[in-house]
Amino acid sequence: MSDVTLDKAPVAPREETPFRRFVSEFMSSKIAVGGLLVFLVIVVVALLAPWIAPQNPYDLGQIDIMDGRLEPGEVGASGITHWLGTDDQGRDMLSGIMYGLRISLTVGAGSALIACLVGASLGLLAAYAGGRTDTVIMRLVDLQLSFPTILAALMILAFLGKGIMNVVIALVIVEWAYYARTVRGSALVERRREYIEAAQCLALPTRRILFRHLLPNCLPPLIVVGTIQVARAIALEATLSFLGLGVPITEPSLGLLIANGYEYMLSGKYWISFYPGVALLVTIVSINLMGDHLRDVLNPRLKK
Amino acid sequence: MTVYLLRRLLQSLLVLVAMSVIVFVGVYAVGDPVEILISPDADQFERERAIRALGLDLPLWQQYLVFVKNALQGDLGRSFVFSEPALQLILQKMPATMELAFGAMFISILIGLPLGLYAGLKPESPGAKVIMAGSILGFSLPTFWVGLMLIMVFAVQLGWLPSTGRGETLYGWSFLTANGLSHLLLPAINLALFKISLVIRLTRSGVRETMLMDYVKFARAKGLSPARVTYVHVFKNILIPVVTVVGLELGSTIAFSVVTESVFAWPGMGKLIIDSINVLDRPVIVAYLLIIVLMFIVINLVVDILYSVLDPRVRLEGQA
Amino acid sequence: MTATLEVCDLKTHFFTRAGVVKAVDGVSFTVGRGKVLGLVGESGSGKSVTGFSIIGLVDPPGRVVGGQILFQGRDLAKISEEEMRQLRGNRIAMIFQDPMMTLNPVLRVDTQMIETVLAHEKVDRESARQRARDALGMVGIPSPEERLKSYPHQFSGGMRQRVAIAIALLHRPELIIADEPTTALDVTIQGQILAEVQKLAANTGTSLIWITHDLSVVAGLADDIAVMYAGRIVEEGQVSNVLDAPLHPYTVGLIGSVPSRNKRGEPLRQIPGMTPSLLNLPAGCAFRSRCARADEVCLKEPALFDLRPGQRARCFHPHLEEVAA
Repeated sequence: MSDVTLDKAPVAPREETPFRRFVSEFMSSKIAVGGLLVFLVIVVVALLAPWIAPQNPYDLGQIDIMDGRLEPGEVGASGITHWLGTDDQGRDMLSGIMYGLRISLTVGAGSALIACLVGASLGLLAAYAGGRTDTVIMRLVDLQLSFPTILAALMILAFLGKGIMNVVIALVIVEWAYYARTVRGSALVERRREYIEAAQCLALPTRRILFRHLLPNCLPPLIVVGTIQVARAIALEATLSFLGLGVPITEPSLGLLIANGYEYMLSGKYWISFYPGVALLVTIVSINLMGDHLRDVLNPRLKK
Repeated sequence: MTVYLLRRLLQSLLVLVAMSVIVFVGVYAVGDPVEILISPDADQFERERAIRALGLDLPLWQQYLVFVKNALQGDLGRSFVFSEPALQLILQKMPATMELAFGAMFISILIGLPLGLYAGLKPESPGAKVIMAGSILGFSLPTFWVGLMLIMVFAVQLGWLPSTGRGETLYGWSFLTANGLSHLLLPAINLALFKISLVIRLTRSGVRETMLMDYVKFARAKGLSPARVTYVHVFKNILIPVVTVVGLELGSTIAFSVVTESVFAWPGMGKLIIDSINVLDRPVIVAYLLIIVLMFIVINLVVDILYSVLDPRVRLEGQA
Repeated sequence: MTATLEVCDLKTHFFTRAGVVKAVDGVSFTVGRGKVLGLVGESGSGKSVTGFSIIGLVDPPGRVVGGQILFQGRDLAKISEEEMRQLRGNRIAMIFQDPMMTLNPVLRVDTQMIETVLAHEKVDRESARQRARDALGMVGIPSPEERLKSYPHQFSGGMRQRVAIAIALLHRPELIIADEPTTALDVTIQGQILAEVQKLAANTGTSLIWITHDLSVVAGLADDIAVMYAGRIVEEGQVSNVLDAPLHPYTVGLIGSVPSRNKRGEPLRQIPGMTPSLLNLPAGCAFRSRCARADEVCLKEPALFDLRPGQRARCFHPHLEEVAA
């Protein structure tokens, strides 16, 4: 196998690689680039939260219960201006949102990544092995997809209990099927292509054919599904946490912050729920805008 | 048609069996069934009696048969919290959820269909672009947060509509009284939000695809009025996918009512299941799961039949 | 006596993002009562757009930007959409290319026929149904009563085209525009449909515009022929004249590329190159880049010259000599 470098795509005479074309096409939509920029800002804020947040909302030494439910813009006892107000414990909402973003993004992206690995592997296997393996895997996919995600997630959490790991497990279980179906669909098309036959003739190991040859060609639809599923995972995690079934109180995500503000909403103290909701919304919308455009760019049917 | 129906029924039955196995495995094999099915408050004597009554001392496959036998007799255990049969408890809450789900679907079609039609017929107009941007937002907005915002604006700030509860009911239905209807409105809109976006997108893409069809051009070449072309030739073709999807969505609407019911304290099955999960009232959880599965299977079956009635091509293939 | 249809300098342009596509650019022709005009050209030559312009069904971004379409003396380019609608399917009917796509799959055949009757006449449903049944019988569909209750997918392609023709005939129109109606059909069915249409047109005095790329179809059917290229008519005249002694190099090429007209063993002649993009059509003769006879004169736009009695061509170097030879 030493010198056979079939898996390297022949270098095009011009510098027009598929990747570059993809980048330039993606950049052609202002809305998608806007979505990307907003999303990057959110990621940076989440990453840097411990350094840029006005306070550490989970350090009991920094918060004062007397600052509870301050309106946006009021100055608290510690001298910090709470631009987005404080919650009932006296925590600065802006800081809470920054820290909450970390949890939301980690859980959302993490579960989407694991689900993608699991789903894509099973989808590839189904397409490559065919026969009974394919049938079993695809029946499971059908079964999974015939149930609303929220319901399946609820049930899994009902049996597993709360906790970040359990939320991730639940999200992976409800989402793997989307990846599996997507990958299997495009892999089935690619399988019949001649380059796979060539690779099989060279007696390359199955694993190599699957991951080095088949998978790269299934990537475009996988990227589209992956983007949208990250947004869905974030939304679902927030919903589960809002219902009190998600992350524990000690690691509040945006959903839990919103839930905490629920009871104060009726007395007109809107900000405790409102601003975390806005943060959640902006995150999800920015990802969806990218995903929507990615779908157009990567959809081969729309190519001239 | 009969053969087709029978085959579909058989398929549904198979799915039901498969799901009952999954639920059974979930409850009996993964967790400790004694812990899941018997109240933690029960004393030693009660525990042993319950273990025997539930057949937990039998081998697993026999346990499954006992589980199925009990389930077929409508016995899905008693709620620890309410000391009532779990099934009965859920059935009591069902009208409230159904009312909410159907209200939401009604609203989504009422709003989504005309908007989607407009966006599809005039895709370049500013109105259509606003509608499509709105539909992306509708997909992105988390239901529970929108619910909170609806309460904040319409209940707290404006004071137009009540925020929680079902209000007055007549024969157990809220929509029969004016007060109940006012309670129903906000939750139904909240639950409808996602479906409105869905119906808009489906209708729009359906209209756009259908408008390009030769048969639409031919219909115009026959000199039919634009209204007849749109509402008979185009509309009847879109109706098939839209009806299918909205019908299929009844199940997910009922499932998602879990969120809306929690936000608006709407006393339906969804609120019950969340409360039950929070206090680990497991018989209720199991009963809810089985009922929902059954509901899904029935919905899929009904939609398939509806589909075959609406689309003559499907109807014929079923006969062949 | 006026002709059924007189098209003068028709211009239909498509305003796309990439620029203006002049799909039909100054087309004129006349169709007399009961006459059949064959409108011939490659795909993209503008022949279908010409047909749709007459019946007022050019889809955006295209629209008729100039010229007259005189139908029995009335200019169709000037009348309102509602007046046009009253003519469509009533006085002017159209038959489409693909019979598998022209009938609405979710409506029964009777619905699609009766609605056509009711769109133009105030009659009760039963007599409309009667009319539909008679029309089906007329185009040779057996047991029309039962077939009325069928859905389109229960018919074969040829049968569907017969249904479409029956619909076109419902109001005994003065003009039928047939846009490649036999292209999608088997050769045997093609022959049947052609014979059927010819008979019906002769019996009812209906004028016919038969749009096709297939010269052999036109040969046996049409009275006159107009050859289109790049949105213009490049040659027109009586069918026998044009097919036996074509003047325009393009027509010569078209006829030469029909297999049956070549001698056995002789290689098929073909026209080199492709139809030019209508987006940036250079000035002068549009065919010159593919024409063996082109020279610098062709940089100017040729007019449609009267070269023989009843035969005109848009060319500076017509094949006049071949007749003498």
